Amino acid sequence: MKKTYKIDVDCANCANKMEEAARKTEGVKNATVNFMTLKMIVEFEEGQDPKTVMQDVRKNCKKVEDDCEVFL
Amino acid sequence: MNKKQKKVLIRIITAAFLVVIFSMLPVDGYLKFVLFMIPYLVISYDILKKALKGIRNRQVFDENFLMAVATVGAILLGDYKEGVAVMLFYQIGELFQSYAVGKSRKNISELMDIRPDYANIEQDGQLERVDPDEVEIGSIIVVQPGEKIPIDGVITEGKTTLNTSALAGESLPRDAQPGDEVISGCINMTGVLKIRTTKEFGESAVSKILDLVENSSSRKSKSENFISKFARYYTPAVCCSALALALLPPLAGLIMGAAPQWGEWIYRALTFLVISCPCALVISIPLSFFAGIGGAGNAGILIKGSNYLETLARTKYVVFDKTGTLTKGIFEVSGIHHNSMEQEKLLEFAALAESFSNHPISRSLKQAYGKEIDQSRVTDVEELGGKGVTAKVDGILVAAGNAKLMEYLKIPYQECHHVGTLVHVAIDGVYAGHILISDMVKPNSAEAVSRLKKSGINKTVMLTGDADRAAQQVAENLGVDMVYSELLPADKVTKVEELLNSKGPKEKLAFVGDGINDAPVLSRADIGIAMGALGSDAAIEAADVVLMDDDPLKVVKAIRIARKCLRIVYENIYFAIGIKVICLILGALGIANMWAAIFADVGVMVIAVLNAVRILFVKKL
Repeated sequence: MKKTYKIDVDCANCANKMEEAARKTEGVKNATVNFMTLKMIVEFEEGQDPKTVMQDVRKNCKKVEDDCEVFL
Repeated sequence: MNKKQKKVLIRIITAAFLVVIFSMLPVDGYLKFVLFMIPYLVISYDILKKALKGIRNRQVFDENFLMAVATVGAILLGDYKEGVAVMLFYQIGELFQSYAVGKSRKNISELMDIRPDYANIEQDGQLERVDPDEVEIGSIIVVQPGEKIPIDGVITEGKTTLNTSALAGESLPRDAQPGDEVISGCINMTGVLKIRTTKEFGESAVSKILDLVENSSSRKSKSENFISKFARYYTPAVCCSALALALLPPLAGLIMGAAPQWGEWIYRALTFLVISCPCALVISIPLSFFAGIGGAGNAGILIKGSNYLETLARTKYVVFDKTGTLTKGIFEVSGIHHNSMEQEKLLEFAALAESFSNHPISRSLKQAYGKEIDQSRVTDVEELGGKGVTAKVDGILVAAGNAKLMEYLKIPYQECHHVGTLVHVAIDGVYAGHILISDMVKPNSAEAVSRLKKSGINKTVMLTGDADRAAQQVAENLGVDMVYSELLPADKVTKVEELLNSKGPKEKLAFVGDGINDAPVLSRADIGIAMGALGSDAAIEAADVVLMDDDPLKVVKAIRIARKCLRIVYENIYFAIGIKVICLILGALGIANMWAAIFADVGVMVIAVLNAVRILFVKKL
């Protein structure tokens, strides 16, 4: 399953870091962050609940880049 | 500018003002330190805070931390002015970047702003504005002059001229009248229209196109992936070198018995740290691709991802489908020969037999027949791909199709000495004559082929299911290099595969089709270009690049935009990495000071961003 989330982040490198962090989150199969459109497209693994996974994604993103937001 | 940016701007101005004033005061020692700490803290408190948080989260190599170390280091060495200046310019760079990115984000979205905001519904004689999402299929909507058609539908009342420029990139007014299908996104120019919707908003052309554009840059190109990988190693590598630069030469000096010169080497190391931020690269590459996709979108060319821009730029082979791509795809019956019955009767049989098919040929038969078609007279329809159809019309077996069909049915037939597509008709197993249909070449096709050659395309190829003679003649007129004719739909895939195997690994092959019947080929080619997306869902789905109208010159334009985009991307990569490497070397040798480092960081970023924005200007390509 794929879902798209709006994000807010200031610099392009930070967007790359968020992408890394989201990919490494458990339950996430793949993630792409598009800095230009400020969107994060997350592909979830089978049987994962996007809501709980996204909480972790958000937490991990905050860890690598304090000044970012994922709108859930 | 938004609130956040304004705040930064005020801080920048305040700090710059204070630095200038304080540098003119004749102070020294602690007082100077205290004075300079004021602008320093004004400009860098948020960076310092983020740096501390970063350490807590074990993100040592983020740019906040690096900037903090570099400036604090400079201040400890007594270079107060430089410490403040580095932070000042860093903030100016960040501000510029966020402003430029925000601005181009807005510009590019405006280029593609075709989203209708509302739909008018008539209720008790009054027009009411509703969200297009809420309009159900089959509702009647009213579109006034100057408004966008919000949802696909059929006109029930009113005559008008439609402007398709928002979708097609150029304005070709189209007349529309009751019974015509209209697509969302067109602007109604002259009359009031009543439209019965045939689709939901989410399924309408405009939504599909917007969806495609919004998701376009999530398919990342090789250059983008290279840059994010590069950034991941670049920063740590430069930091480690900085550490080595600060420690090794002084230690070596100590061992050799010379003066260690700690201050000098630490200063050089700090210069390294200032250059270590990969921002110029990381921002300019996606921005370039985004601008390329936006500029192309404005010209009526939808590109589904930046990876396709990359492939398009390296295209060396362009394979065209003939019908509907190089030719208009509107066939006209130009003659009926060798007929054993009245011409009209023969045409009627052929039109009825083909009436269930959507092929352009059957459409032209229907058009030539000119009367209402009663499909209930037709039974047992069987389509034989690449050959034709057999069906029973009024209970009589009719076979209509090309020579292959006649051979397949073992019916002797007559060849024609005219060039064009032949529909042989056999009635009750007996040959009854053939209908000659010819297709018109698009006015821009020859120009497009010659421009492709001029811009360095190795080979142009035409594929068609038509008879060899007809194909050869068209090919000669247009100047394409190779023709493959009499192909079944499946043969087209095989031919494209052959071409794919014969070309070099770095040369890419583009296939241009109209999206009807050639979806497999579109997806098999390195890059599939579909024409005439106005109305064809299949084309939007299958292709990598979608041309909003069916002008073959757009293929040339798409390739040129892609090349310009890639050229700028490479310029930025070489320029940014080049300047950084030079400054690193000069910094290590002690030639470049911190001011040069600031230029390498902020200046390069500004230039790279401005260069990227250049891609938006694609009108003259």
